[in-house]
Amino acid sequence: MGEVIVVTSGKGGVGKTTTTANLGAGLASLNNRVCLIDADIGLRNLDVVMGLENRIVYDLVDVTSGNCPYKKALIKDKRFENLYLLPAAQTKDKTAVNPDQMRVLCDEMRDEYDYIIVDCPAGIEQGFRNAIAGANQAIVVTTPEVSAVRDADRIIGLLEKEDLREPKLIINRMRYHMVKHGDMMSIDDIIEILAVDLLGVVPEDELVVISTNRGEMVVINNNSKSGQAYRNIVRRIKGENVPMMDLEDSGFMKKLRRMIGLK
Amino acid sequence: MLDFLNKIFGRDNSPSRTVAKERLRLVLVHDRVGVSPQLLQSLKTDLIQVINNYMEIDEEALEVSLDSSENQVALVANIPVRKMKRKFQTETA
Repeated sequence: MGEVIVVTSGKGGVGKTTTTANLGAGLASLNNRVCLIDADIGLRNLDVVMGLENRIVYDLVDVTSGNCPYKKALIKDKRFENLYLLPAAQTKDKTAVNPDQMRVLCDEMRDEYDYIIVDCPAGIEQGFRNAIAGANQAIVVTTPEVSAVRDADRIIGLLEKEDLREPKLIINRMRYHMVKHGDMMSIDDIIEILAVDLLGVVPEDELVVISTNRGEMVVINNNSKSGQAYRNIVRRIKGENVPMMDLEDSGFMKKLRRMIGLK
Repeated sequence: MLDFLNKIFGRDNSPSRTVAKERLRLVLVHDRVGVSPQLLQSLKTDLIQVINNYMEIDEEALEVSLDSSENQVALVANIPVRKMKRKFQTETA
């Protein structure tokens, strides 16, 4: 039986879709069977972030409304052995799907895939209800800003009400030099406020923008810190105990410090 | 105390990280309790009415909010007093 994980945040623009794409690719590259569902009907984006936008024929609404079996609507990502995308419909709205349909779909998929990751739309309305309906785990994405953390708190409350207890937190776009200068909330600040388990921290990284421009996932880039952060998160999802990355020092400075015996 | 003075004189030098955390903490106290702004407004009006019987207060500057520490939610009111009402004192004297 596969896991159905919803990636949500409340606030828009914190990196839900990027997170979904990277976790999906990361899990697939570790030989898991993965299917990603874009639940953001009307504002479809997971396809374009993954570089699969030109291959869409059927979409989520076609599947839930019974127009086609889900397997026919899946797009296979050719770069990975076992990564599939079920794209959202672009011309309909969130009311075209209901939570019961999502529950049925996710249950059906669980027999075929190890991980089904649902990319949730921003907001707390029907799109959110749909996205969480079939999930048995939740990942909340936030950034170190007051607005995003506040919305994350609200989402955590709603998830717990829906029996998605113990959601895991990913802090995205962390800028360590700002934390060091007292200009950004730290990981500990955010964890203390939200009182949830931390799944991982992804540093702010221009390579994320560059990869997304090309429709590629940074998780397979071995020379990027954000890619490393995503790979670590993937291993934690798989149950491994991976220590948090030490991002406070750049590699060079750290080596230098070690060399002169400061640490 | 220094923090308090800094706040009063508008000289808040604490790093924005701390300010963000504190603001967030307070806003989440309200969010989590689910108190409506109308309720707080109505409480404010009632407070003003009662206190006006005893002292003259700066109604514009009156602040009523919730705070929390160690799982306890507290009602915090900051009520600047302009002057005491002598009339009440003479009446009781």
